[in-house]
Amino acid sequence: MYDCSSITEWIHGLLGSFMPDWLVILTECVLIGVGLLLVYALLALFYIYYERKVCAAFQCRLGPNRVGPAGTCQVFADMFKMLIKELITLNHIDKFLFALAPYLVIVASMLAFAVLPWGNGLQIIDFNIGIFFLVAVSSIGVLGILLAGWSSNNKYTLIGALRSGAQMVSYELSIGLSVLTMVVFGGTMSVGGIVEQQKDLWFLFSGHIPAIIAFIIYLIAGTAETNRGPFDLPEAESELTAGYHTEYSGIHFGFFYLAEYLNLFIVSGVAALLFFGGWMPLHIPGWDGFNSVMDFIPGTIWFVGKAIALSFVIIWFKWTFPRLRIDQLLALEWKYLLPINLFNLVLMVLMVLWGLHYPLPN
Amino acid sequence: MISLHIFGIDNNAMLAVVAALTGVGLVALAMWLAGLISPKSYNPQKGEAYECGIPTRGVSMTRFNVGYYLFAILFLMFDVETVFLYPWAVKARALGAEGLTAIAVFFCVLVLGLVYAWRKGALEWK
Repeated sequence: MYDCSSITEWIHGLLGSFMPDWLVILTECVLIGVGLLLVYALLALFYIYYERKVCAAFQCRLGPNRVGPAGTCQVFADMFKMLIKELITLNHIDKFLFALAPYLVIVASMLAFAVLPWGNGLQIIDFNIGIFFLVAVSSIGVLGILLAGWSSNNKYTLIGALRSGAQMVSYELSIGLSVLTMVVFGGTMSVGGIVEQQKDLWFLFSGHIPAIIAFIIYLIAGTAETNRGPFDLPEAESELTAGYHTEYSGIHFGFFYLAEYLNLFIVSGVAALLFFGGWMPLHIPGWDGFNSVMDFIPGTIWFVGKAIALSFVIIWFKWTFPRLRIDQLLALEWKYLLPINLFNLVLMVLMVLWGLHYPLPN
Repeated sequence: MISLHIFGIDNNAMLAVVAALTGVGLVALAMWLAGLISPKSYNPQKGEAYECGIPTRGVSMTRFNVGYYLFAILFLMFDVETVFLYPWAVKARALGAEGLTAIAVFFCVLVLGLVYAWRKGALEWK
């Protein structure tokens, strides 16, 4: 496994050779910030292109194909167009909350983004309660959405925001409980620790039945959490114009758009972390030759690849299932997913206590 | 051996602040850039809420269905109880059967809460 910390340590040494300590840390913080910003923007652009192409493929269309080779420059054109649109200030809005909402949405996704395991030695924030921190910060986003809907002085955005809020808080419960199930299995909340526990075999395989149930629940709840697919009723065009961000214009709207795609990546990234080993290569116990070949592929590629593959599944949902009604949506969460999840948690504890699973490395 | 932190910085709180500031910076930077290059024109008609195209009637920050509050309260209850389960979850393996029986009492209260809400009809959307 290639260890990226050799690169970062080299930079650390280089900076340390001519700078005082406090300046080294400051420079490194700025480097981390710039790196985060770049990866954030690039992934968002990639995801917009990816979703449009995948959706087009599902509908037997070509998708964007005019601007640049295979339409790859379309997203840059779109982003630039958003920047040059006028930012309209409406008359009767709550100006402070209206301006605050995009900050909350973006900061929540950026914090969650920094917790993800980007590769060996590329872990940015690694609290010993990492995964809990992730669940906590990703729930700040719903505040931004509620504020956006409330402050817009528009009945449609208000309804959209409330639906969105009800949906996101409800499904947050399922996310929390399926993460809890995997914490019981892994015995640690640290993101690095969870990845390390999957050195021999990914959790989805080593935790068999309870892990698979937790994965399915996580995927459904994750789709709902990102307001996508069959759960896009907060933005149901035929009923609510564009949902909570109807009154936002130009780049103001762009932030919600950006955060939506990034949340898709974060949800898939967390699924990759909890069930598919984060940046850990595919290892099969006993197949030493195969394992060492897999080790040659860098961890970052494994992580981003897994996340993109899982995002494909979530985009697939969107074109497979019809949109749910709000009562069906809440019934699905509270009457099906929550009881199944609680039962699954007990199942997982019993499996762990009886040692029925594949042994973990430590 | 798995190495973890980037640059060997292990002050997580500081890194979290860096990430949050990056988010704030992204929004502020893009807003500033848009302010520089986007056109500005004033028109009283433009300030009206778009809603669905026709003029707005009445107050928009209005009352809404009480059902949303109900689910928010239910969420609060269950989420806080889930949070209490996390410390046990980390040590579930070490605490063994004894830990499980202890937490089972708490867990039963959680399930009974759900059953109660269900029986009361709190989970029906009206």
